[in-house]
Amino acid sequence: MPEAATRFDVREVSESARVIDIKGDITAASEDVLMDAYGRASESRVRAIVLSFAGLDYMNSGGIGLLVTLLVRAQRQRQQVLAYGLSDHYRQIFELTRLDEAVGIHDSEDDALEALR
Amino acid sequence: MTEPIEEQAAAQDAASWAKTVSTLNVGDVPEGAVNINVEGRRLTSPIQGFGKMWQKTYQVRLPTERVSAVDLITTWKQHFPEFWPDGNRFYAPLTGIEPGEVALLDMTLPGRMKLSTGVMVLYADEESFTLMTPQGHMFAGWITFSAIEREGETVAQAQVLMRASDPIYEVGLTLGGHRQEDRFWQHTLRSLAGHFEHSADVDTQVVCVDRKRQWSKWRNVWHSAAIRSTLYTLGAPARLLKGLFQRDRPVG
Repeated sequence: MPEAATRFDVREVSESARVIDIKGDITAASEDVLMDAYGRASESRVRAIVLSFAGLDYMNSGGIGLLVTLLVRAQRQRQQVLAYGLSDHYRQIFELTRLDEAVGIHDSEDDALEALR
Repeated sequence: MTEPIEEQAAAQDAASWAKTVSTLNVGDVPEGAVNINVEGRRLTSPIQGFGKMWQKTYQVRLPTERVSAVDLITTWKQHFPEFWPDGNRFYAPLTGIEPGEVALLDMTLPGRMKLSTGVMVLYADEESFTLMTPQGHMFAGWITFSAIEREGETVAQAQVLMRASDPIYEVGLTLGGHRQEDRFWQHTLRSLAGHFEHSADVDTQVVCVDRKRQWSKWRNVWHSAAIRSTLYTLGAPARLLKGLFQRDRPVG
């Protein structure tokens, strides 16, 4: 499985929120890059991590497992996790795996940030 | 000309995942299987579980010249139940391990307790497949079986991401259940390697992802397949008598 196709960029959108822009694939092989991005995003004052799936090409079950691990780490830091930009297909996967019960899913970045206010 | 390729990839991706279901539907129950803890149950991810969260990884390495990653996964899917330790049954779906299919299981827990439960195939492609558990299973989560080729070796892996479903299972896992589960998957991987006439040790890595228990989920005990399976077993004589009585009763 190719490993290089993934990039996670971190953006500061407010004092207490960071967006992680996901570009490429999320598979079990993405663990180091995803957790590195979470580490960069997770400064002490950050209370919310917003995952942007607009650039997601492909995600398998290993990738869903990584998101669960990220969610647990965020909960330990008392951070909320939100998501936007999911295609209909991946929204269904979030429902199927019941990840949507812990991750707030929104249509756009503005909607996600609005939900934090 | 990239669009058709992207569309093909998207279609392939969609075909690898199960369709969304609110509750499980078993369909035909194989002879000998017990469907008291699967029909109508919801799937559970580690988020819905009670106990500490664990990631357990079991790996065995085989020479790639003996089997490629894709061939290994094909074989693993086809012969999945055959690699399990004795005393445990996996009633494979008639169509095989395909996304959305539900399989019934009979497991032997510590203390020789019998557990009837099941799993749904959450994801399956050429290099991996994932089984997800329903409410009442001993753990909430999934197991991903995969294979990759690395430096002349084919690495077969089973990775469990789980929380004990309820407080009773959490106690059971702490008092020997985790050890039994480790032995279960180590046996499975050794048998898988043995199928390719290769003998190898199984590497085991256990990581506690979250030490916190989710006390708000203690009510999961209501769905406990262990309790329901025990009650079902205890009720067997009564069911037998009832069956005999109904058979002897004159018709009409």
